[in-house]
Formats: sequence, C-alpha cells, structure tokens
Amino acid sequence: MNERILMCGNEALAEAAIIAGCDAYFGYPITPQNEITAYMSKRMPEEDRVFVQSESELAAINMVFGASATGKRTMTTSSSPGISLMQEGISYLAGAELPAVIVNVMRGGPGLGNIAPSQGDYFQATRGGGHGDYRTIVLGPSTVQELVDCMPLAFDLADQYQIPVVVLADGILGQMMEPIVLDKKPRRELPPKDWALTGAKDREQNIVRSLWLPEGALEEHNYKLQAKYEQIQKDEVLCEQYALDDAEIVVVAYGVAARIVRSAVNQARKEGIKAGWIRPITLWPFPTEQIAKAADELSIFLVVEMSMGQMVEDVKLAVAGKTPVLFYGRPGGGVPTVSQVLERIKQLTIPPKKQ
Amino acid sequence: MKTIFERTPTLKDCPTHYCPGCGHGIAHRLIAETIDELGIRGRTIGIAPVGCAVLAYNYLDVDMVEVAHGRAPAVATGMKRANPDKIIFSYQGDGDLAAIGTGEIIHAAHRGEQITVIFINNAVFGMTGGQMAPTTVLGQVTATTQQGREAANEGYPLQVSELLELLPGAIYVERCALSGPAQIRKAKKAVKHAFQLQLDAAQGLSLVELLSPCPTYWRMTPVKAMEWIEKEMTKAFPLGRLKG
Repeated sequence: MNERILMCGNEALAEAAIIAGCDAYFGYPITPQNEITAYMSKRMPEEDRVFVQSESELAAINMVFGASATGKRTMTTSSSPGISLMQEGISYLAGAELPAVIVNVMRGGPGLGNIAPSQGDYFQATRGGGHGDYRTIVLGPSTVQELVDCMPLAFDLADQYQIPVVVLADGILGQMMEPIVLDKKPRRELPPKDWALTGAKDREQNIVRSLWLPEGALEEHNYKLQAKYEQIQKDEVLCEQYALDDAEIVVVAYGVAARIVRSAVNQARKEGIKAGWIRPITLWPFPTEQIAKAADELSIFLVVEMSMGQMVEDVKLAVAGKTPVLFYGRPGGGVPTVSQVLERIKQLTIPPKKQ
Repeated sequence: MKTIFERTPTLKDCPTHYCPGCGHGIAHRLIAETIDELGIRGRTIGIAPVGCAVLAYNYLDVDMVEVAHGRAPAVATGMKRANPDKIIFSYQGDGDLAAIGTGEIIHAAHRGEQITVIFINNAVFGMTGGQMAPTTVLGQVTATTQQGREAANEGYPLQVSELLELLPGAIYVERCALSGPAQIRKAKKAVKHAFQLQLDAAQGLSLVELLSPCPTYWRMTPVKAMEWIEKEMTKAFPLGRLKG
C-alpha cells in the first residue's frame, strides 16, 4: 500500500479521482489532456463505474450536471477551448448548487491558440467564467503529487459546499511524469445529499433548479450563495510560503510557474539577494490575507505567470498599494526560464525600508 | 355517487400558468397518468426544458430538474448512466429540442440512451414571444417571420422525428397530436408505451412528438388552434408511429 509509482499527471489525476470515489466521468477529446479520457475509458468500467465520451464539451458538462443532480460524484476534464464551451453548464451548476469537479489542463490561447502549456485561463477560472454572480473553488497544484492530492480534496470541497470545483493544471503538469503516492485515507465528514434526485419514494418531490422568478427570490438566492462563498474564503485558503522572515523581495507564482520561481529564488539567495516566495494553492479563495500581511513587512512584490498577467491583479488587490507589485510573464505557450526570472529579480530596485 | 374521473395524484392540484387553450396542460396530464398507472413515481426523475414548460415541476409531483436550453438529453444521459434503475424522462419544446438542442437529441439517440423524450411541437417559440422555430410551417406568421415563413429564406420545417427514425439507437418514435379527444387518447397510449419501454430496459431511446396548440402565438381561438393542427400542421408533420 501507498507505494511510490511513476505516472504522468493526466493519468495520475484520473486514478486519484477513481480512488476519491468518482462515480461517473464524462469527457470529450482535446489536447493536452487526452490521456485522462483514454485512462478513464479503461478504468471506470473496470470499477463498474460510468464512462461516456460525449459529443461535445457542452454535452459533457451537462452529463456531469445530470449525474451530480442524482447525488453521484462526477467529473469532467478538458483544456482551455473546451472549458470555454463548458461555462454555460458551470454557471448552471453554480446556480443549482450542484457539486462537480472540472479539471482544466490549460493550453495557450486565445482562440484555438496552441497545445503548449499556459496559465491564460486564470481570469476565467477565478471570476466564475460563465454568466451571473458566482464563484467556483479553484485549486492550482504545482507538482504531479499535489495534483493527485487535489483530487480527493476537490470532490470533498464540492460535496461539502455544493459547488463546482476547478482543478487548474496546465500542459506541463498533465504530460510530465513524476513519482507519486496515491493516498487512500478517508477525508472529510460530509453532509448527506438529501437534496438529490433519487425518485420521490415515500417523500415529497425534490427539485434541482437555478430559475428564481418571483420578485426578490433570485436576490435572496444570491445572498445565500454569497454567504457560502464567504465561509469558503474564511475556511479553505491554502498557500505555501518560503523564506519570508528576512526577505526584501517576495515572488508570487502558482502551478508550474511556482517551481521555476522556487529555483530562481534559491539561486538568488545563494547570490545574497533576500528573496522569498508565496505560492497560492487555492486560487479562489485567494490568499489575500497572507499576501496583505507580507505587504506590511516586505518591500517589493514580483508576480510570475505563464500569461501576460492575470493573478497579478489579485496580488495588487491584496497589497492594496502598500508596496510596488511588478510582473514578469510569458504568454501563448511561452514558459519562463529560471535565468529569466532570476534576471528579473536582480533588476528590482528595493524601495527604502518601512518604518 | 360514483366517481368516474378524477385528477391523477402525480398531477398537482394547483392553478395553471399556461395560456388558455395551451397544450402543455394536456401533455402534463398524460405523463402524470402514465407515471401513476405504471406505479413509478418513486423511481422517476423528470427534466424540464427552457421554454414555457420550465416550471413543469410545479405540476408534476416527481423529482425534477430544470436544465440549460436544449441540453436535456445530455443531462438525461448523465442521470440514466449513473442510475440505470431510475426512469428518466425529458420534456422539451421545439425551440429546445429542434433548434439549440439538435446536437444533444441526435447524439443521445445515436448512443441509444435508455431514456424517454416527450417532444412538444407547437411550431413556435412560446416563452420568448412567438418567434419562428425550426418547426414553424411554411407561410406561418411569427414574430420573426412577419410575412410568413419562406423556404428560400428560413428553410423548411425540421422533421426531427423523421431524422431520429434513421438512427438505430432510437427504438420507438411516434408523432401524435393534442387536437381532440380521439388524438389525445392515441397520444396517451404512445406516452405510456415510451415509458413502458424504459421500464422493460429496452435498448434505446424512445421519443413521442406531440403536436400541441399555442393559440396565443398562433393568434387563434383555442378551438381554431385545434383545427389548425389537424388541417395545416399535420401536412408538415404527418401523424403516426414512425418506428418501433
């Protein structure tokens, strides 16, 4: 049990989802996440569970909607253009308060873009993405092991809060092979799914809906959603911090970009530069408090992304003008190198110490 | 005193929001009667469309969900695959099923999903104000074909049942009309057969298309609307069992 095995990210997250109790998987082919769909087509029937290759991403997310409405653990996976097509369904899931797990193995955009790794979907994932006033929980793992660990957490969060959870990976994480341990520990205690559609046997009918027509009803529903989001913001933030105690520079990055930043910061330390880093693991809820606290003590922030700057806006909101926030990134499948990030760190002018 | 007719329990006792002369109330009753006669209320899940029937759960006392426009067959797929013992039906209008949801119904039938689809064809988008549907007949005046539908500009009425008939995964396809007592009795038989097939775990999708009156957007009295179904609509949409 719990032996170390070598797996690529796409297959590893699929197996982790099965271990986490995913009852039904629905997906449509798109690169760079095709290993997930192929893996699930073999493994789900072996486990006597559901696999359907859908006719589109629109259909896939609505199959997820259907299975979820009956109380089953369900997921779909795709990559950026496919996730755009799913936004309608994700909005309905959020409105109807249905749990679901959606993995986005991000690729370059906009449009058809390319099939290279990217972090260009941060805005889409963390701002809701579809129509209406809603949020999804967004997890941003940076290693294959963390991707694997994210899956049971994603299913638990989805069930606990009746909310869609997005696992935001990228083409590198999906394709890369790393040694992992598949964790089989039981997780959170979860509320019963007494809202599920199971056939109204010896009880009143259950209705799953996102339409609230009477005056004020939708406003009330939105307040209810908002209270849930506030609770999540309070209880579910995850982030990693490193070498902040004496740091003058803090570099913020998530996902694969954070691994490049880690190497660059370690190199900077060797060269006598007092740098540290903060790595958000939950991208929503965002570690606003942790970054705000760091901004009280630290001199300057650098945000590194595989995009032209999206998470940097959340960092600026958290820093709230207390210190400068600078950015370095590469879009469209460009991956920053350690030396490029190190170079950018060296270019920073440290402002005078705070009182 | 002897009771010779009463409301079937699965049809709720509540005022209707549908327009006078609308066919949805009749279609709802046929489904409710079927569920009660087959004794499947405790294992049935219904899917309401986007359209006038979005509030179908206010009338049908079974577990129900309302879903995105046109996506009901995909939602039904997710439900049935994850719960093979449940009876899953979708209730969809012609805008929902024949316009935005064409892909979903074709592929659900193509895969042979073991679901029941009740397809209400009233030749018009009702809820949004009487715009042209793919099923609008030639010459029919709607909010978006104000001179009448012309084949050269808007194409011909889309015959979804005839399309589905070609697919091996669709095992039962029948078109009925809600235009009078005799036709309604035939429609009831068809609806019940479609549910019975699912109950018998028959390997495929069953669909009943119901030609249904929309007096409001046809701009007719309810009686004239019933006559229009039989005289005009059935020319584009011939009644009968197409398959199974």
